Amino acid sequence: MAPKGKEAGMSLIVKEVTRLLEPAIFIFGVYITLTGHLTPGGGFPGGVILACGFVLVVLAYGGERAFRRLPPEGASKYDSGGAILFLFIGALGAIFGGGFLYNFLRVYLPGEPFHLKSAGTIPLLNIAIAMKVAASLFLVVMVLTLFKPWGEEGGER
Amino acid sequence: MLTLYIFMFFIIAAALVAVETPHALSAVVSLGAVGFGLSIICLFIGAPDIAITLVVVEILVLIHMIRVTLKRDIPTIMGPFSRLNVIATMLIFGLGVAFFYQVALELPPFGKAVMTLIENSPSIYYLKESLGQTEAANAITAVLLDFRAYDTLGEATVIFTAIIGAVMLLQRRVRKGKGGERNGP
Repeated sequence: MAPKGKEAGMSLIVKEVTRLLEPAIFIFGVYITLTGHLTPGGGFPGGVILACGFVLVVLAYGGERAFRRLPPEGASKYDSGGAILFLFIGALGAIFGGGFLYNFLRVYLPGEPFHLKSAGTIPLLNIAIAMKVAASLFLVVMVLTLFKPWGEEGGER
Repeated sequence: MLTLYIFMFFIIAAALVAVETPHALSAVVSLGAVGFGLSIICLFIGAPDIAITLVVVEILVLIHMIRVTLKRDIPTIMGPFSRLNVIATMLIFGLGVAFFYQVALELPPFGKAVMTLIENSPSIYYLKESLGQTEAANAITAVLLDFRAYDTLGEATVIFTAIIGAVMLLQRRVRKGKGGERNGP
C-alpha cells in the first residue's frame, strides 16, 4: 500500500505507461467481444480483458481514480444488466422463435464470414456476457483492494 | 510434436518447483508459469479461444495472488514427516498409474481428432452445420451461444452468485475493520 502523505499508487513511470496503454487495452477488449462470432474470442475473454484494464488503473493510480471512472453502484448495475439482457434475449427467442434462447434474428442477419453484422443474436449475447464478466470481476477487485485485513490501524498484522 | 513435449516438461518442472519451494511468492510465480505454459500448449494444438481465455484469466489471478503474498511473510505448511503418509501416497499413485496404463492402450494417438474415428459423431455435425444453422463463422462461439446456450446461462449464473457472495462477505469485514473493534484472528 502507498505510504501516508504521498500520492497514492505507483511511481511516475508506471503511471505514464498506464495512461498510454489504458485506451489500447479497453479497445482490444471491446474488439475481442464484438468479433467473437468471427474470430477467436468472445464475451468471456473480452470481459476479462476489460476487467484487467481496470485492475491496471487500480494498481497504478490507487482505487479513487478507478472509482471515479466506474463507481461500485454503476458496476453492480452493469452486472445485473448483463444478466437481464441475456435472459431478455432468450425470452425474445421464446416469443418469436421456437424456444428459449432460439436464434430468432438469423433470418434477418445471414451468416457471412468476416462480416460484423451476421450470426443473429450471438453478438448481442456476447455483449451481455462481456458486460457481466467485466463488471463482476471489477467489483471483486475493488472489494479486495478495499479490504485491509485486521484493520490498517494495527500496522503490519 | 517436439514443442508440445518441451512445454509439457516445462509445466511439470514448474509444478514441482511450486510444490517444493519454501517461499510463498516463488510458489505463486511457478503456478503462473504452469498456467502460461498450458495456454501455449493450447495454442499449438489449435485451440486459440481457450488459449486467449487462459492467458487473460491467468494474468488476473496472478496479480491477485502476488498482491496477497508480496509483503507478507507466509510460512509454508510443513507437517512432521510420516512414513505412513508416504506409503499411502505411493500406493495410490501406483494404482493410478496401473489403471491409466490400461486406458492408455485404448486411446487414439495424441493429437488425432477423435471425431474422425466415429461415423456421424456430434462434433462433426457441429463443425459442418454451425455456419448454416447459426450463421456464425466461429464454430466455438456457435456452440457456446447457440447450440449450448443453456450451459452459458448456467455459467453466468454461477459467476453472478459467486460474485454476490464474495462482495457480501468482504464488505462486512471492511465495515468491521473500520470500527476498529475486532477480536483477534
